[in-house]
Amino acid sequence: MSGFQRHRRSGLVIANFTGFEADLLRSLAGQLVELLRNEAAVPREDADPLEALLDFSGPTQEPEDPVLARLFPTAYPDDEEAAGDFRRFTEGTLRDGKAAAAVTVIETLEDAGLPRELTEDGLMIDVELDEPTAETWLRSFTDVRLALATRLEVEEGDEARWAALPDDDPRAQAHDIYEWIGYLQETLVDALSDGQGFED
Amino acid sequence: MGPVTAPVEVEPTTVPDETTQIAKPWVTIVWNDPVNLMSYVTYVFQKYFGYSKRKAEKLMMEVHEDGKSVVSTGSREEMERDVQAMHEYGLWATMDRAE
Repeated sequence: MSGFQRHRRSGLVIANFTGFEADLLRSLAGQLVELLRNEAAVPREDADPLEALLDFSGPTQEPEDPVLARLFPTAYPDDEEAAGDFRRFTEGTLRDGKAAAAVTVIETLEDAGLPRELTEDGLMIDVELDEPTAETWLRSFTDVRLALATRLEVEEGDEARWAALPDDDPRAQAHDIYEWIGYLQETLVDALSDGQGFED
Repeated sequence: MGPVTAPVEVEPTTVPDETTQIAKPWVTIVWNDPVNLMSYVTYVFQKYFGYSKRKAEKLMMEVHEDGKSVVSTGSREEMERDVQAMHEYGLWATMDRAE
């Protein structure tokens, strides 16, 4: 799986995913939308443990959801009033922007042929993104990774901890997904930097 | 010569001089986090601020190695715009008065 590449002739950023991968991306984006739009999601009781870990659409025990806290950090750490004002004026817009970005990812996948319900084996989804859409995907990947990392309590330099987990541990599997999206994001940054005409 | 009046007591002002406040710039600070890719942070600095690749990489390395870096300076309003933009990109940013 090669991630994203810039298609020389068209200038489009392209990738292909298995049906399973596309479905997973859609699921993650969908949960991000749910979290951003609705903070009172009902927790699922019979969830598969891996699914439960990937399910960040519900509120956590803390009064302030840590994922939302990370997506909307305080701008003024030493000035509560200024921080409150800033949040009041910006959080709504930020929230809507991030939700819209995740919706774009879902719509792109569905436009590329991902069915409502994945039943077919061996389905391949070819995604072709123009520059603005590619940038939207890039930002949405960041939001998804931030959400996953917060739920998994990822820390700087914690590779050993993850490597030590058994393969069938749902946390290890969720972490693998987190790393996979990181890989996709890396290839997407490369593909985007390619056509930008950035100054050296 | 008119009647003698008591001198008027002037309250010392507790609000900094307008001019000083406007002249004193603010800064946007980006903080290190365990999630964001170095390549992505560099990309954001180039894309949003229009910095050269060299400058963007330098700032990114400062964030990575020092834990934080000042990425822009300006008026309070400008910095609020920059911080909001950084948050749109998923970076962790705050703002403060310049030292």
